[in-house]
Amino acid sequence: MKTISIKLFAVIIAGSLLITSCKKDNNPNVVYYEQEDQFGRPAINTVFNDAADKDAFNVTTPSAMGAAFQSKFQAKLLALNPGYTTNALGLDAATFTTVLATDFLNVSTTGVTTFFDGTNVLTGRTLADDVIDVELILLFGGPAGTSNAALTSDHVDANDKAFLAAFPYLASPW
Amino acid sequence: MKQKKFFIAAFAVAAIITGSIIAADHIDAPAVTGQTSDITDMYVFRAADPNNLVLVANTQGLLSPGSTGAASFEENTLIEFNIDNNNDKVEDLVIQCKYDASSKMMSIYGPATPSATGTKSKLEGIVSAKVKVTPYTKTTPDIGTGLGGIKVFAGPRDDPFFFDLNRYKMIIAGTAGSFNNPGMDAFAGTNVLSTVVEVPKSILGGTGTLNIWVETKSKI
Repeated sequence: MKTISIKLFAVIIAGSLLITSCKKDNNPNVVYYEQEDQFGRPAINTVFNDAADKDAFNVTTPSAMGAAFQSKFQAKLLALNPGYTTNALGLDAATFTTVLATDFLNVSTTGVTTFFDGTNVLTGRTLADDVIDVELILLFGGPAGTSNAALTSDHVDANDKAFLAAFPYLASPW
Repeated sequence: MKQKKFFIAAFAVAAIITGSIIAADHIDAPAVTGQTSDITDMYVFRAADPNNLVLVANTQGLLSPGSTGAASFEENTLIEFNIDNNNDKVEDLVIQCKYDASSKMMSIYGPATPSATGTKSKLEGIVSAKVKVTPYTKTTPDIGTGLGGIKVFAGPRDDPFFFDLNRYKMIIAGTAGSFNNPGMDAFAGTNVLSTVVEVPKSILGGTGTLNIWVETKSKI
């Protein structure tokens, strides 16, 4: 039925001398843009994807990421840390990589926004958040966050320039 | 153990191929390395005015001070914030940042409901704010204010990311067993091209939590 009505519609259009412009979807004046890169949480593509998957990860919509990448992320997590059981969030390998494989940032609109501030977890990302230490603790720190102490902080704890208190917040360039 | 060896080998090969720094998302994948579409980082946080959220998209990382003045946004590269406000992992709103080379203006479209979701986009809605891109040599940032109090900045900034990336690479490669204390920030003294948008939370919808990601898209 749908096919028939489309054909009928096409005939009507073709037969009409009054219609001079294309349908909206086919308007040649509309410029389209195709995706090249994508980013949600820091360092995910870099850490969890093998070279062959990095480009694909950047053009996979979040709703399709879990099915495409979760099992690969879990294998990579266990390769990086063969002793992984759970982490400081209480997430086992499957649950943790399910969260990470869908690569967007969860952002609170009602409270504190931070990657982790000791209390709030994954409610945004501020400029000063030490996201690498948070990720290292979740990858290597075990259930209490205290395992593998040599690997749970890079000991770079802050940016090399002070941020601004007002818009645009980021520091001026070097 | 076998897996670990495989990973180390794969990482070493990747490091040789790229021959350079790979971090937060700086040159994270072959197709975007060295391109104006290469996203380095995204930040989303509560503004100084707690009724607003700030969205930051950084691109074209690892600019030395000497190369920053020549770095430019690209008018065929769209920077698009995607906002999922009902937790179905699909964007309900987009905020699009479109650069115009002749006027050196960055225009902000939206937040608007996209006519189609996914990897292919066109500009949606109306220009809600725009601003002249702040030149490298200008000390005071140009700030555009638009509809409903939306603010925008575009131009070079210090890269806010910090990480002892080189030590991490040594650990992964098996040539070091721990981080140094203190570590060395591989991003110290480098710049990025930033696009910063501040919007009222009230126009983003949702019931307390949003899922946000940023995409770059190239004109086809």
